[in-house]
Amino acid sequence: MMPVEHSVQNLVPEISIRHLNFYYGNAIALKNINLDIFKGKVTAFIGPSGCGKSTLLRAINRMYDLYPGQRAEGELLIDGQNILAGGVDTIALRAKVGMVFQKPTPFPMSIYDNIAFGVKMHEKLSRTQMDDRVEWALTKAALWGEVKDKLKSPGTGLSGGQQQRLCIARGVAVKPHVLLLDEPTSALDPISTMRIEELIHELKTEFTIAIVTHNMQQAARVSDFTAYMYLGELVEFGRTDDVFIKPRDKRTEDYITGRMG
Amino acid sequence: MNEYTQHVTKAFDQELSNLRTHVLEMGGLVEAQIRAATTAYATGDIAVVAEIVDADTRVNDFEIVIDDECAQVVAKRQPTAFDLRLVMGVSKIVTDLERVGDEAKKIAKGARRIHQRGQMPLPRAADVRHVSSVTVAMLRQALDAFARLDAEASHEVIRADEEVDIAFKAILRQLITFMMEDPRTISTAMDIIWIARAIERIGDHAKNIAEHVIKIVEGRDIRHPPKEKKA
Repeated sequence: MMPVEHSVQNLVPEISIRHLNFYYGNAIALKNINLDIFKGKVTAFIGPSGCGKSTLLRAINRMYDLYPGQRAEGELLIDGQNILAGGVDTIALRAKVGMVFQKPTPFPMSIYDNIAFGVKMHEKLSRTQMDDRVEWALTKAALWGEVKDKLKSPGTGLSGGQQQRLCIARGVAVKPHVLLLDEPTSALDPISTMRIEELIHELKTEFTIAIVTHNMQQAARVSDFTAYMYLGELVEFGRTDDVFIKPRDKRTEDYITGRMG
Repeated sequence: MNEYTQHVTKAFDQELSNLRTHVLEMGGLVEAQIRAATTAYATGDIAVVAEIVDADTRVNDFEIVIDDECAQVVAKRQPTAFDLRLVMGVSKIVTDLERVGDEAKKIAKGARRIHQRGQMPLPRAADVRHVSSVTVAMLRQALDAFARLDAEASHEVIRADEEVDIAFKAILRQLITFMMEDPRTISTAMDIIWIARAIERIGDHAKNIAEHVIKIVEGRDIRHPPKEKKA
């Protein structure tokens, strides 16, 4: 694996992953992952099911802490701090590193409260400040126009695509540095998918984005960098423009051209 | 590099395989056209000229069909990496092959003009035949390189093009000499120049095809290299 040259392209790592191993009990799921996720860029993780891409994403905001028997070794540096170390405030970490899941997961509360809920945990805002923040987040998620007249209705009453944008708004509302998207469109119809992709394009001006997707064309469309993973290893990492035209590794080529049986 | 394992979708393999077969069929047809045209020029057997002109419509049909097949693959399969380079390359190769067909037609028509005039007073025929055999060989090798996805053979085609360019210039210089010595040869000499020019262009198209093959195989674009700075 060749490193991508940072200096030439003025790239700043937002997250630096060094010698990361991950275990589910005794089973190793990630083997010595070394990778930089660059600030203000979209990095896509692709690979067959079970290759470890979701595991890697879940390590970045220590989602695995919630499950016994799962542990990570190595370094995962955000702002120079190894977030895998003990004593890390995971609540603060998850405010900095937001996550959106495959299935939309709106809270059983109003659209307004879905956004305000997370913000209240981290900040003390006045009523008008909170109104502004909710509008800002919903606007960022390209949902404001559709819901501004029904902020008090339940979030679960929205369509699937709208619910997913609500979840993105909720993630954005706490002003994270990084957004992790774990197959955010796999449960959506094509038009909703396109809306989310457009949104990713808008959001990367302000946030660093890491996306796991099974849709290779989606990875090609939305990302600046692509990481191909296989059996817990990072096989290839490079500029998306290069990976989809001339991948360096035969295994990447076989996967993205649909030759893997 | 030459053998790619099969796609999970067998129909996709079939589509790419058809694409390659059709390019080679089109190439074979074009190659036969050039041979017939240069033979007509050399022997004066101008009865075949009409056939050559007719064959060009088949070449044009191939271009349209293959281009459409490329578009279908892009639309249905969203090819990436090698597959994408193959489809893009094929789309360019057929454009070059179609032009080669046009050049063959020009050679045939030029041969008809010369021989209908009833004279072949110039000893240039041998030189022109030589260059044409070189360009036909180049075209064949470029198509072979495409069939076998052979980048090394493609480089040989590119090198051979220089020889053709030099030979074309030599023919040009000699024909100018003839025209200056005897103005009655001008019409025929001009026709021979057009024919030599068409042959030289075929060499250029063969070179283009070789460059497309290298792009398909290696993912490297070698067209338009930066000129070396003179010290």
